[in-house]
Amino acid sequence: MEMKEMTYKDAIRLGMSEEMRRDKNVIFFGEDIGLYGGAFGLSVGMLDEFGEDRVKDTPISEAVIAGAAAGAAATGLRPICEMMFMDFVTIAMDNLANQAAKMRYMFGGKAKVPMVMRLPAGSGTGAAAQHTQSLEAWLCHVPGLKVVTPSTPAQAKGLIKAAIRDDNPVCFIEHKLLYKEKGDVPIDEDYIVPLGVSDIKKEGTDVTIISYGTILQKVMIAAQDVEKEGISVEVVDPITLYPMDIETIIKSVKKTGRAIVVHEAAKTGGLGGEIAASITESEAFDYLDAPVLRLAGLDVPIPYNRNLEAAVVPGVDEIKNAIYKVMNR
Amino acid sequence: MALTKETLLEMYFRMNEARFFEEKVAWFFARGMVHGTTHLSIGQEASGVASCMALKKCDLVSATHRGHSQVIGFGLDLNRITAELLGKETGYCKGKGGSMHIADIDSGNLGANGIVGGGYAISVGAALSQQYLKTGRVVLCFAGDGSTNEGSFHESLNLASIWKLPVIFYIENNLYGMSTSIDKHMNIKDIADRAKSYGIPGIVIDGNDAIEVYETIEKAAEHTRSGKGPILIESKTYRWSGHSKSDAQAYRTKEEVEEWKAKDPIKRLRKYMIENEIASEEELNKVEENAATALEEAVEFAINSPEPKVETVTDDVYA
Repeated sequence: MEMKEMTYKDAIRLGMSEEMRRDKNVIFFGEDIGLYGGAFGLSVGMLDEFGEDRVKDTPISEAVIAGAAAGAAATGLRPICEMMFMDFVTIAMDNLANQAAKMRYMFGGKAKVPMVMRLPAGSGTGAAAQHTQSLEAWLCHVPGLKVVTPSTPAQAKGLIKAAIRDDNPVCFIEHKLLYKEKGDVPIDEDYIVPLGVSDIKKEGTDVTIISYGTILQKVMIAAQDVEKEGISVEVVDPITLYPMDIETIIKSVKKTGRAIVVHEAAKTGGLGGEIAASITESEAFDYLDAPVLRLAGLDVPIPYNRNLEAAVVPGVDEIKNAIYKVMNR
Repeated sequence: MALTKETLLEMYFRMNEARFFEEKVAWFFARGMVHGTTHLSIGQEASGVASCMALKKCDLVSATHRGHSQVIGFGLDLNRITAELLGKETGYCKGKGGSMHIADIDSGNLGANGIVGGGYAISVGAALSQQYLKTGRVVLCFAGDGSTNEGSFHESLNLASIWKLPVIFYIENNLYGMSTSIDKHMNIKDIADRAKSYGIPGIVIDGNDAIEVYETIEKAAEHTRSGKGPILIESKTYRWSGHSKSDAQAYRTKEEVEEWKAKDPIKRLRKYMIENEIASEEELNKVEENAATALEEAVEFAINSPEPKVETVTDDVYA
């Protein structure tokens, strides 16, 4: 496969642009996404290429952004809409959770709502409590929504394309700290990362770590560190958070006998609990040599101060300590 | 286009259907045959029916929780509406939506909505599709007086205005948001005044006058279809029944209700047709009988329809 090195951010733009070239019913709207190019510069150049009819700046009106996407999707378009920050989905939540997610089921299976909502998430930016949250568990709790999150540039391109082609409302969670990360991205326009398929990012035999997003990089560092000490870690990136490919995770845990879920989002009510419960409810339970651990963000709003902010999210040492704990070392 | 006799008789038929339907719903409810609650639109038949009938066949509608007259006015099949109310497999939503979610996307009915103001943004999106795809269709967005205090009202009217979308925001002002009279919820007399903030026309009409409703919507549809952007219409009307089936109606007087019952929109249309020699008493009696028969048939259809299979409970969450 022919590759080109590019950033995560550019990969998302490339995926969107390819789909907009392929299908004229794909349109894109949100706050300051046109001339300004988006708050993070992600959509720079798209207005020039696709014009005002297809790349539409909206007023600061998250509720109608989400609802208009749902209404347009139900009537023939395939809109991509953007929340400038994931935190702002709170304002859009009625239209996302009560309208977009439920139209198909509530109307007896007749509606199709092929929309994508892009949601830049995560802390580490110094933007404090209202611009840094990881709210994926809220979204996963609403039947009717799909929730995906890429952790590499290649995934970002293939996954946004799959999300746009999907006939359901897909919440596409992006990690702001990954925007500038570079990686090889397939330039093939048919390259797709399918929804609902986990990626085994690293094979191993002693412990399975399930993780996604920015913190996955720390997991990889921790895994490589403990490898030197003779602990073999398998790392699974679910990519699709709902509906999650839990089978791949269960299979991995049956092999390793140990599992840790690592995420940046607050621990209580987070996906870690859900994944841990799914493992212990499955046949993997009989293979477990240690309790399934959750390593997650502290149950606090994200603080501003650099050191305080860093203290909220698990670091490499904490991940290593969790590995030692399940290994009984 | 002047209202033809044929259209007027069809309007009279659907308004009667809506009235009989709501009376039947109350009857079903009293016998425990309706699971959940229901919001009757008795008294609002002109507002719900005549507005939909003024649209072109291809146009779209989004309805409200008090939507029975609206969907009957739109011309949905009474059998399937009644079946949905009873939660049957043959209902519009296969029994999964019920009274508050009757929808038929294929025919342009974007659904009733259980969220007050929930239809605004959906209508904006549907209108965006029509504009982008150049279909020439317009969207009639029903909403209630109370919903104009929701943030989505503001966001949606503003966006529709700046994008010049083909949508009519049609507010049925029945004077109460559940128990609270509108004078306690807004410091303006006419909701239509809110249109000024969006730079769009705002019109107040007598929602109990089927002719005025029809003619206003017809003109509004022409206005928005021609690319001039959205329009806000306030249709002043009244619901004879309580908000929902649990309402003791302590917030209004019997005299007030009686006063509005005297303004019955169905009797008014009948009187108009007789006085203007459009139809005879006999003809109109026949239309009423036909509406009653249609309802009887719908009820029979619904009662005899099967319950949805329990196995279908997990169907259609995703496409």
